[in-house]
Amino acid sequence: MTQTPHISVKDLNVHIGDNHLLKNININIPDKSVTSIIGPSGCGKTTLLKSFNRLLDDIPGVNISGSVLVDGENIYNAQAEVTHIRKKMGLLAQRPFPLPMSIYDNIAYGPRIHGTKSKKELNELVQHYLQAVGLWEEVKNRLNGSATALSIGQQQRLCLARGLAVEPEIILGDESTSALDPISTKTIEDLLIKLKENYTIVLVTHILRQARRVSDYIIFVYMGQIIEFGPTEEVLLNPKEELTKEYVKGFIS
Amino acid sequence: MRKRKLEEAIFKALMIVSTVLVGLSLFLIIGTIVVKGLPFLDWDMISKIPDGGYYFGRSGGMLNAIIGSIYIAGGATLLGMFISLPVSIYLNVYLKKANHFARFAKLSFDVLFGIPSIVYGAFAFSLMVYLGVRASLLGGVIAVTLLVIPIMVRTLDEVIVHVPKELKEATLSLGATRWEMAKIYFRQIRAGVLTAVLLAFGRGVGDVAAVMFTAGFSDNIPVSLHEPAATLPLAIFFQLGSPIPEVQGRAYASALILTIVILIIVVFSTLLTNKRRKKS
Repeated sequence: MTQTPHISVKDLNVHIGDNHLLKNININIPDKSVTSIIGPSGCGKTTLLKSFNRLLDDIPGVNISGSVLVDGENIYNAQAEVTHIRKKMGLLAQRPFPLPMSIYDNIAYGPRIHGTKSKKELNELVQHYLQAVGLWEEVKNRLNGSATALSIGQQQRLCLARGLAVEPEIILGDESTSALDPISTKTIEDLLIKLKENYTIVLVTHILRQARRVSDYIIFVYMGQIIEFGPTEEVLLNPKEELTKEYVKGFIS
Repeated sequence: MRKRKLEEAIFKALMIVSTVLVGLSLFLIIGTIVVKGLPFLDWDMISKIPDGGYYFGRSGGMLNAIIGSIYIAGGATLLGMFISLPVSIYLNVYLKKANHFARFAKLSFDVLFGIPSIVYGAFAFSLMVYLGVRASLLGGVIAVTLLVIPIMVRTLDEVIVHVPKELKEATLSLGATRWEMAKIYFRQIRAGVLTAVLLAFGRGVGDVAAVMFTAGFSDNIPVSLHEPAATLPLAIFFQLGSPIPEVQGRAYASALILTIVILIIVVFSTLLTNKRRKKS
């Protein structure tokens, strides 16, 4: 990889109870590009993603060893402040979850908890990020309406805007389009491709075609181990490993 | 095919019968109170305190008991909420699910839920004796608070358990602290909080056993926490025991007043939350 890594994982092991979910993960996620994590169900894709912003911390019986360096700082270091780490990364979940408040407040929530108080600044932020996800025109007349009244595709874009409003450097997507219809899926994919100019994006997906459409690099995970990592075309069309070949051809799922 | 249709018909009929039974009993209860109580209900009853000999059929009203009931049930609901909400948020949001203490606490609340109110009354009474507190408004509020806490905690618990887990991830991944997340939780569970308040108030305002020894009884409106206070249910109980028909009629009128008080509280708090929900 010629690019400098944005996230650097070293000897990461994750146990939950007796299950060894991630085994000796070593990976460098390149800066300002889309990296997809693919692999069969239950292989540890989501666990790997959530280890990047310490969302695993709250799971009962979890045991994490090794290190994840973001901008050279180990986020599992005892001194690291967890809210600061999470602020750096926006998470786009599997199903959109608008906070129980208005559209405006959903976007303003992040900036508010991180200290933005000025009404004028907040107005600008809300408009800016709603425009960034192409939702401004659709909702500008009902900013004070409930966010749950939006369609599910609009909700997912709202959640993306909400995540962007805290000014992260990294966007994590956990099968972010799996609950959406094809048109909304395409909107989100196009947005992600546009956003990679400024953000490092890591996606978990089980749709190979999606991985091929949006990502620059692919990580193939199987049974908690990274089997192959490389540029998209190489991994999907010309895999080096036998397991990757079988997965890409659809023999293992 | 026939059997399935028959099954469907039988169960549909059973459901209709149960619904009618419940509706009918509610109608009968309210009907009885209205028919027997309305003739005795007048402005004096809700605006005056009892004159001497009110319980023998002389003039006066129930204002002392109305105010006493609202003070005790309202105070206990408020106090109970201040205790129950942090408890249920702590058990469900801060503690991990498999935590032994959380499980034990929930089990304890289930047990407390089932304990009859006279036991709370007796417990609060012995507590008062130990602390040297006389039968008073304060004693009544404490006893009823003890009574409603398990109801509130378990109701809130049910609501909080059903909050989608995405809320946690969504707020935490924005860099929120656990306290900021808890505040979002509160917005999400607002309707459930209202249910808990109404259940607790309803239980508190209608309970006799918990206030019998602890709140005492008085013909005056309490002006301090240390004065004894009358309550509507206890007043109903005293009046129903009277051989004088006039006084018995007033018992039904008091029951009608109690029902109206509850109705007003329900309508008022529902309107209040609906208004706030529209805002957000």
